Amino acid sequence: MRMRFLMALALVAAMAGVSSAETALNGAGATFPNPIYQKWFSEYHNAHSDVKINYQSIGSGGGIQQLTAGTVDFGASDGPMTDEQLAKVSGKVFHIPTVLGAVVPTYNITGVTSELKFSGEVLADIYLGNIQKWNDPRLGKSNPGVKFPDEEIVVVHRTDGSGTTYIFTDFLSKVSPAWKDKVGKGTSVNWPAGLGGKGNEGVSGMVKQTAGSIGYVELIYAVSNKMSYGSVQNPAGNFVKGSLESVTAAAASVKDMPDDFRVSITNAPGKEAYPISSFTWLLVPAEWSDAGKQKAFVDFLNWMVEKGQTMTSALEYAPLPKNVAQKVKARIKDVKVKAKQTAQK
Amino acid sequence: MQTVPERRPSSNADISEEPATTEATPAGGDQLMVVPKSRVGTRDNLLADRVFQGLVVLCAVTILSIVGLIVFELLHASQPSLSKFGFRFLTRQIWDPVAEDFGALPFIYGTIVSSLVALCIAVPLSVGTALFLTELCPRWLRDTLSLLVELLSAIPSVIYGLWGIFVLSPFLRVYVEPFLARYFGWTGLFTGPKYGWGMLAAGVILAIMILPIIASITREVITAVPRVQREAALALGATKWEMLRMAVLRNARPGIFGAVILGLGRALGETMAVTMVIGNRAEIVKSLFAPGHTLASVIANEFSEAVGATYLSALVEMALVLFVVTLIVNALAGLLVWSITRGMPARALA
Repeated sequence: MRMRFLMALALVAAMAGVSSAETALNGAGATFPNPIYQKWFSEYHNAHSDVKINYQSIGSGGGIQQLTAGTVDFGASDGPMTDEQLAKVSGKVFHIPTVLGAVVPTYNITGVTSELKFSGEVLADIYLGNIQKWNDPRLGKSNPGVKFPDEEIVVVHRTDGSGTTYIFTDFLSKVSPAWKDKVGKGTSVNWPAGLGGKGNEGVSGMVKQTAGSIGYVELIYAVSNKMSYGSVQNPAGNFVKGSLESVTAAAASVKDMPDDFRVSITNAPGKEAYPISSFTWLLVPAEWSDAGKQKAFVDFLNWMVEKGQTMTSALEYAPLPKNVAQKVKARIKDVKVKAKQTAQK
Repeated sequence: MQTVPERRPSSNADISEEPATTEATPAGGDQLMVVPKSRVGTRDNLLADRVFQGLVVLCAVTILSIVGLIVFELLHASQPSLSKFGFRFLTRQIWDPVAEDFGALPFIYGTIVSSLVALCIAVPLSVGTALFLTELCPRWLRDTLSLLVELLSAIPSVIYGLWGIFVLSPFLRVYVEPFLARYFGWTGLFTGPKYGWGMLAAGVILAIMILPIIASITREVITAVPRVQREAALALGATKWEMLRMAVLRNARPGIFGAVILGLGRALGETMAVTMVIGNRAEIVKSLFAPGHTLASVIANEFSEAVGATYLSALVEMALVLFVVTLIVNALAGLLVWSITRGMPARALA
């Protein structure tokens, strides 16, 4: 009886062994694209049952570290890796753009219900603490007809390190020399003014509760929570509201897309471009030692650029523009199996 | 009876014990013995004794080595920051991840002040709750109330945080802070703009979170005070309050302090709920209305996205600082308890 049980157990184990012959890939990184990545990986697994991709959303910084340490097959980040970071990874790393995100300003001002327009300089000066009252003439200038109250501006920012903050401060650095000088860009910065909220929900909660406050949240978060948010002036001079179309337009309008895709698309030149937009990237090693994994991942990437892009809008992510998708496709061909000599090194 | 010596030929070593056990039995102790003597002191049990001793020592050593490893790892991983900033790390007021320039002082201040505010609110409240539950509460209400108090400790801290954002902060801003500013503004602790978020909100949230720990331990301690003490006080003509003060609280004091220290430990390390309401601003401001920041929350907030050797090691050094701050605060609290309760029993009788 006992023998039979053991044999059954062995059989089950053997079968499990057979099914685990599928190719398993592990990745880690950015939290912002996590919903679409999970959707892609599960959809892809449904279509190709022999490939299983696991993704842990531990944050962009964590993703870069894990990739550098070689504990994951690929990473993901909301901000491009710096040259210094790339130098630490053994072997080359490709930045593969997957979807686009954007950051929108949200506010709560007594008596103001209309949608506000912000120029980049005004946003920077508000966050620098230079503009302290809502009835400042510079706000009135871009918002004719809006009656601003004599109310203190309470500035709210993200306190947790995040790609959202990176995109926002990247934009402010581009439009305001003073910001670039005093604060700079990063996933966390030394904020000159205001309160910190934890996560999108913390910032939006604080803004909702505080009269006279302004904050910034991810476009996806604002849309899915039906929050109202303002439009931002782009370099072409138009006030554009953040939306999937205007974000994709921003990516399409970047004139000279570099081959490594490490490009900031904030303040993009297009007429319809929303200026606080950004790519989010998969960090893919250029050379793989395991041929099976390499093939599986290249197949996935090709699927992602085509079929995968049609799934983004349902989750409120802006898809890649056509010209970028074409370019990404060409780049995927360069993801190769490591040559034998280098493997022995 | 005769089998015993045969069974334990190796036990000659314990000569001192052997006669005691063998002589005690003929003296009519048979009925009193719960354990059959044939099972005491056998070779198996001696072996088991050693194994047990080994296991217990192993447990103790494990805990020590875990602490040791934590300290080692913290020191090791914070090396770049330690060598770059040295002791200035503790005294500087800057936190600039972009320029990689770091100092921990505002965070140390925030951690200690928010915990102190919490203690100021939670200690009277929880000791009062415990006294009511043990001494004054009608029996039918007691179980329900104790359950409710203990339920507070089962609420996840992120829930406290959300509650803080949507209920507590607006309440503080609209009702409590204007009142404090008006009547206690002269202390300098309650001035400035009233956001609702800040040190005060963090203190209140922490107070609610540590209340169940302090209250339930205090309740146990008070229950443990012998009945005779109370009866003696009442017999001497003490009123209820005098009885509580002289017989109960004085005897329970060391235990209550122990409870407070446990609560303080929780307050120092609490992360999520605090970061959601404290405003997260690395500044030292006297007013409790102003936003602050704590060691635990900056680590939790920034670690996952931190890149760059100095930045990461500065965050690890923050963990080291938190470790040391907790140690120092606990040591100070222990010292305080010792100095207050030394010679206690004698004074309690006086």
